[in-house]
Amino acid sequence: MVEVSHLTKRYGAHTAVEDLSFTVEKGLVYGFLGPNGAGKTTTMNILTGCLAATEGQVTIGGYDIFDQPIQAKRLVGYLPEQPPLYGGMTVEEYLSFVARAKGVTVGRLDGQLAEAEAVTGVTDVAGRLIRNLSKGYRQRVGIAQALLGSPQVIILDEPTVGLDPLQIVEIRKLIRSLGRDRTVILSSHILSEVQAVCDRVIMVHKGRLVAQGTAAELEQRFAGKVTYHLTVKAAPGEVHQALEPAEGVLEVATEPGDEGRLNVTVTASDAGPGMDERISFALSDQRIPVLRLEREQASLEDVFLALTQEQPTGPADSRPGRTRRFGRGGRHDRDL
Amino acid sequence: MTAIYERELDSQLNGLTGYVYGALMLLFAGIYVMVSNLAGSPDFTNVLYSMNFIYLIGIPLLTMRSVAEERHQKTDQLLYSLPLSMTKIVLGKYLALVTVMVMPILVMGLYPLLLNALATAGAISLKSAYSALAGYVLLGMALTAVGLYISSLMDSPALAAGACFIVMLLAYFLSPLAEYIPQSGPASLAAFALAAAVFALILWRATGNRAAALGIGAALEAGLGAWYALAPDMFPGLFADVVQWLAIFDRFDNFAYDIFDVRSAVYFLSAAAVFLFLTVQAMERRRWAA
Repeated sequence: MVEVSHLTKRYGAHTAVEDLSFTVEKGLVYGFLGPNGAGKTTTMNILTGCLAATEGQVTIGGYDIFDQPIQAKRLVGYLPEQPPLYGGMTVEEYLSFVARAKGVTVGRLDGQLAEAEAVTGVTDVAGRLIRNLSKGYRQRVGIAQALLGSPQVIILDEPTVGLDPLQIVEIRKLIRSLGRDRTVILSSHILSEVQAVCDRVIMVHKGRLVAQGTAAELEQRFAGKVTYHLTVKAAPGEVHQALEPAEGVLEVATEPGDEGRLNVTVTASDAGPGMDERISFALSDQRIPVLRLEREQASLEDVFLALTQEQPTGPADSRPGRTRRFGRGGRHDRDL
Repeated sequence: MTAIYERELDSQLNGLTGYVYGALMLLFAGIYVMVSNLAGSPDFTNVLYSMNFIYLIGIPLLTMRSVAEERHQKTDQLLYSLPLSMTKIVLGKYLALVTVMVMPILVMGLYPLLLNALATAGAISLKSAYSALAGYVLLGMALTAVGLYISSLMDSPALAAGACFIVMLLAYFLSPLAEYIPQSGPASLAAFALAAAVFALILWRATGNRAAALGIGAALEAGLGAWYALAPDMFPGLFADVVQWLAIFDRFDNFAYDIFDVRSAVYFLSAAAVFLFLTVQAMERRRWAA
């Protein structure tokens, strides 16, 4: 449906997107994931024809966004980072304007408006001035605008930023429902959002593609290692002696705990289900009492952190709040 | 395109600026008709001749928001993502602005009829009155395109209004200023050389391509030098003539002298076309912008 090949965008000396290639298939929800400054918005703007690429090609439904912009844009509905709303118009007036600008014929206009309003839940506020609406409703009107003209691809740039928790849940539900009969590409820097909403993940960092696939695939592919957290009653030397010869153990780190206990972190290669037993037996063979044994699964978050930290870190990474932003994926959402 | 036209018209008529422009136009038309026609000679073309300075304030008011406001509110992203060509978008906006511009002038179209109805001795020529009004509209159309272009270069309506006012002011006084330009050949050459240098500088700033700007600037200067060497007798007074040629407000004078000046009409329409083209280019360039 959407094909991006060797996309590069330079702003003077700064490269925002570099040699980015990916393919988007029909009928799936794609999550475009990356920290702030990864080039997400730039890519979205190029995909929708708002920005020209320095190099590379984007085709939508076979139409080149640059050479055949009119045909390509008919297939795309776009909600930019800041919804492009005219505050002085009512929701109905605004949506009617966008529909007609997109070439929706008079006969189909009312039906399309009613559908877009119903899907996004703005029917009740249709007669109100946009400038008097809450942020959540504005976002919905922005999405309704993107749906007009029945585009096959919906592109949403950070659709949940600045919304309250309830609104976030509702917008995510809305996006999932859109994905049933359309292709959706959304960008986000919130991992749990992508995990909750998307069928496929495209990870970008510093304008480059770092990984893509389903969330499960990515976890599997990059989860080569397993980490165990243990609490034992023993001296550090004994623990090292007991664990290091065990098959699959890569690294053992110890840290003294309270009341003569020892906290141990073991990194092991993922050698299947036998690993749990090997760690446990290695300790019991040496008569070391184990008070706690936990296995930490690699999550999409770990994958992301691993991928983005391999690269040399730049100013975009040292921004405060970035690690907080990537709250524990899937378990609890710290953005809420 | 009709959707863009209607939205722009709607925003003009829902805001204040369209009305302020209309009120200004009608207020001064009323004052001039009263002072000059009702109390003096009944020549309506005189009114239009005296009040074309209203455009100095009216055009910046009318055009300042057209593109700059969209950029300010980031609604321009919607325009860029619509399946419409930029030419259609710009044309839609322009026609809406022209519609608002013409509205008070249509009301002014009643004045000649009114003057004839009130006339005690001899009617005025409706033909010359309406041809002058047509010229007035054409001048407005050209200036509106200039204002739209300036708005498309700016990020805020206030800046656009300020810049537009300065440009209008310069255009208005261009003709009297031209009379002070030295007439000698070398002075003309120097002025052209300076203009070419400024042009190259603008080109460099606009495109960011220093080599091309330098090349074009050098070619222009060399061309000027060669031309001067070959035909030095063409130069005296030439620069002043060019400046005089650019004095857009003066093109209206003939209309006020009872003539429907086809050449000036073509001049106004060409100026409008040139600035609309430049507006489209300015909007397109934003796609590439850093």
